[in-house]
Amino acid sequence: MMSRKEIMDKIQDIFRNNFDDDTLIITESTSAQDIEDWDSFEQMRLIVAMEHEFKIKLDIRAVAALKDVGDMSRLIEKKLSIAQ
Amino acid sequence: MFNLNYPFDDEMIMQKKKSIRKELLDKDSPFIDKKIAILSGSTIGDVKSVLELFLLDQGIRPVFYEGSYNRFYEEAVFGNAGLEEFQPEIIYIHTSNKNIDVFPCVGDGEAVLAQKLESVYRRYETVWTELKKRYGCPVIQNNFEPLAYRLLGNADAYHKYGKNNFISHLNQKMYEYANANAGFYINDISYLASWYGLEKWSNPSHWYLYKQAMDLNAIPLLCRNISRIVKSLYGKNKKALALDLDNTLWGGVIGDDGVENIRLGEESPEGRAFTAFQRYLKEISTLGITLNACSKNEESLAVEGFSHEGSVLKRDDFISWKVSWTDKNISIAAMAKEINIGLDSIVFVDDNPVEREIVRTRLPEVSVPEIGSPEEYIKALDQEGYFEITTLSEDDMNRNQSYKAIIQREILENSIEDYGEFLVSLQMKCYMSPFTEPVIPRITQLINKTNQFNLTTKRLTENEVRNAAEDESVITLAARLCDKFENAGIVTAMIAPVKDGEAVIELWVMSCRVFKRNLEFAIFDELIRECKRKGVKKIKASYLPTKKNLLVKGLYEELGFEKTEESETGTVWSYSIPEEYRNKNSVMEVFYDEQERDNG
Repeated sequence: MMSRKEIMDKIQDIFRNNFDDDTLIITESTSAQDIEDWDSFEQMRLIVAMEHEFKIKLDIRAVAALKDVGDMSRLIEKKLSIAQ
Repeated sequence: MFNLNYPFDDEMIMQKKKSIRKELLDKDSPFIDKKIAILSGSTIGDVKSVLELFLLDQGIRPVFYEGSYNRFYEEAVFGNAGLEEFQPEIIYIHTSNKNIDVFPCVGDGEAVLAQKLESVYRRYETVWTELKKRYGCPVIQNNFEPLAYRLLGNADAYHKYGKNNFISHLNQKMYEYANANAGFYINDISYLASWYGLEKWSNPSHWYLYKQAMDLNAIPLLCRNISRIVKSLYGKNKKALALDLDNTLWGGVIGDDGVENIRLGEESPEGRAFTAFQRYLKEISTLGITLNACSKNEESLAVEGFSHEGSVLKRDDFISWKVSWTDKNISIAAMAKEINIGLDSIVFVDDNPVEREIVRTRLPEVSVPEIGSPEEYIKALDQEGYFEITTLSEDDMNRNQSYKAIIQREILENSIEDYGEFLVSLQMKCYMSPFTEPVIPRITQLINKTNQFNLTTKRLTENEVRNAAEDESVITLAARLCDKFENAGIVTAMIAPVKDGEAVIELWVMSCRVFKRNLEFAIFDELIRECKRKGVKKIKASYLPTKKNLLVKGLYEELGFEKTEESETGTVWSYSIPEEYRNKNSVMEVFYDEQERDNG
């Protein structure tokens, strides 16, 4: 089972990749307010990248309710634990 | 290093778009700039940014007009100041089955069904006619892909109430329009959806969450497909294949195994795969793509392979024949010279990864696909889209005959010592006329794909060519050339607007197939004749150098022009027409299409 820290590390990699910024540091409270390029399109790309990285499928209700990175990591954690 | 060639990693492209873009823009190869409008039937943001990557990779640097969400109809049909100001050179309409607003319902009468089909189709045709009227540039339109669900099950494909049947009918009507209207091209997403897998393509989450008409990761496939049409329109198709022989056209090494032991034909699975590949190559050659051999082999043994009963290709199907122990990069360079095409028009096909790498490194302009194993060769070539057809002229279909004529002429040339005598012996006939409607597509094609004999490298759309043809103040000249070996069709074109008693040669191109035949003299004679008719006393011209048109650097000097300006961007020339002008051409008979000129 992947720890929260491992999940956060992977999420950070995805953010760095998608925003093309290797210095980006994200925390659980990081949200669209904190990153200038994080618009609804980028949100979509992030979700698709996470589904691919963690090999999970997120349903549209859950995705629509996400507010920050903490929500994302908790949702991923939950999905992974169900998958186990 | 990223890869935008087949097979590419669509997820990687979607994620690393930004860094790929930087890398492509950093390449020092020259770009042509193009203005592309994307009209929206669903979300287009990522379509735009990924399309940019594939176009940059083809040497085309786009600027985009991004239509508002799902406003393709309104933006096309009603006035649109933004788009008018943008002046698009290409318009792409990103619609899908999500944009079909009416479908048949179970119980509809025949009249209602017919009316539904007509009204959905009419909406699109209105868009195209309006765009044509307002912008006159090429339009690329998605067809409709199948729906993911089938209300009637299998009958959905053929029953009058089947939605998928309705979609096929819409597509058919769209294809009829495409065949009847030049400058209109279909982006076949119906094929893409089936290639990608309809289940994956129709991703409902991406539709409901983001209004993305197809799975996000299908966008690279979509954009590559669009970029193929665009690059073909700008003359960036490949023209020739350089083919290895052993293990590329047949299984085994003919020098070691002997012709009786190579794998080819119906006897073995491998043999069947090679025969199928040869058949595919033979089909490609009917499009006017030349087949050439490039093999390290004993010539006398290699040729035997084509007498094998499973061999679809014959020795005679090859134009340039480079079968020796010479390094392949040297053979390919010689081949390009022999058939007179650029290295960037050649695709090198070889099963040996070492040979591929050598050619890739030493001749970076040559395309070298990863071809996989014999059963995958066809797919590998097909997926690269080297030979995307946007126009297919009779000249294209006769091209191989023409390349053969080049080689026959070379043989004759070598047997006659005096070059002038050789030209006379060709018994050339040149037919000249202004641009006329039936040949405008061919002239446009010539203008956009000619790189060497091209004084200004000005590229024009079909409509711009048509405008020049219709403008009475513009001299347009096109010529066909025949000799005792072939009818080469239309091979040269000139556009020279006349203003204040001066003609300016804005554009002059000639196909590389007829270089050094004094055709330029015949054209110039005709230009002078036409200038005299119009009372023009002076001709101005310029030469704008590129990497490829050094051939014509001295053309105007040779024709007797005086150089009036010289700068980094090129040279400007001037010619005063003498009272007594003596024709420069003395090697070919010239016929004028007077009737066409007088009528119009």
